[in-house]
Amino acid sequence: MLKAVKPPIFQRSLIMIKCFFIFCLLCLATNILHGQKADQIKLKDLQAVLNTPAEQIQVINFWATWCAPCVKEIPLFEKLNTENKNVAVTLVSMDYDLDPNPEKVNRFIARKKLQSKVVILAEADPNLWIDKIDKDWEGALPTTLIVNTKTGKRKLVQKELHEGELEELIKEVTN
Amino acid sequence: MKQFFAFIFSALLIAASPIKNGYTVGDQATDFKLKNVDGKMISLADYKNAKGFIVIFDCNTCPYSKAYNQRIIALDEKYSSKGFPVIAINANQGAGDSYENMIRISKKKNYQFPYLIDETQEVAKAFGATNTPHVFVLNKDLKVAYIGAIDDSPRYETGVSKRYVEDAVDALMSNKAVSVTKTKAIGCGIKWKRS
Repeated sequence: MLKAVKPPIFQRSLIMIKCFFIFCLLCLATNILHGQKADQIKLKDLQAVLNTPAEQIQVINFWATWCAPCVKEIPLFEKLNTENKNVAVTLVSMDYDLDPNPEKVNRFIARKKLQSKVVILAEADPNLWIDKIDKDWEGALPTTLIVNTKTGKRKLVQKELHEGELEELIKEVTN
Repeated sequence: MKQFFAFIFSALLIAASPIKNGYTVGDQATDFKLKNVDGKMISLADYKNAKGFIVIFDCNTCPYSKAYNQRIIALDEKYSSKGFPVIAINANQGAGDSYENMIRISKKKNYQFPYLIDETQEVAKAFGATNTPHVFVLNKDLKVAYIGAIDDSPRYETGVSKRYVEDAVDALMSNKAVSVTKTKAIGCGIKWKRS
């Protein structure tokens, strides 16, 4: 009787183990496909992007995972990133100030399958460096900085952007 | 003719100068009348014995506001009896920042200071508030003495090394010059009405 019962249980657990492995493999695959991990950068790295003459217009969006209007406007940057090859989109996470652990940002990237370049600005005491990014910036999120690094023309927008506004701003710094 | 050119010149100067919204340190703030969570209208002029004010643009929803909530309560506890009350103002749009939720939070946290709603966002615009929490320390004559963050460590209070607001108020109380008059901090942008 015991012998007759054992095999199905054994088989069932074998199936469960198999399922578990398949699940792990799937997780791994998704991670490889969408597994962008955000680099932690310093102020000087960001300044280099803003000040080194490049062919592409630099579109820098300052955001955070906790910032609802930021999360809402991210699809606009994702769309711009895939559709316009004349611009370079960088999503700069400002999460570090409240949570220096990058995991929340990386989970957000995976969940939203972000394709644009995402970096984490890992600098303490923003009062010391907000002015060095843009003297007009008050530090509020979301904020977007659009820079033509060849001419030095720049636009700083300290609010949530809506459909079509990014394209207008890019036009303004291009000419 | 000379006057005409002078006029044109000054008009050009005005046109060329950058548009700066809101107050800078040293400016005279204009009093306001806003509705408190208890339904009463509040003005700074109501505080006959005040030696100054700690005006804080705050809200219900922002994680920075939540991180600073206890520190804002402590500021009022420490300074309102000394003549520098906290006046909190919420200018945010959105359901989470509704008047009803302001009432709920002020009751839950037992606010001893007014928490005013700036429905038209006119006061926030006049001050030039951009973040929450965003502090404006005013002296007795409503002259702006300090603009910026509460301190230099939003994440946890034990990490604070510079208490900007306390330092500014302490200086005003002892008739000294405020040493740090302006700071910047990362924060939630005020949720403006779409123009």
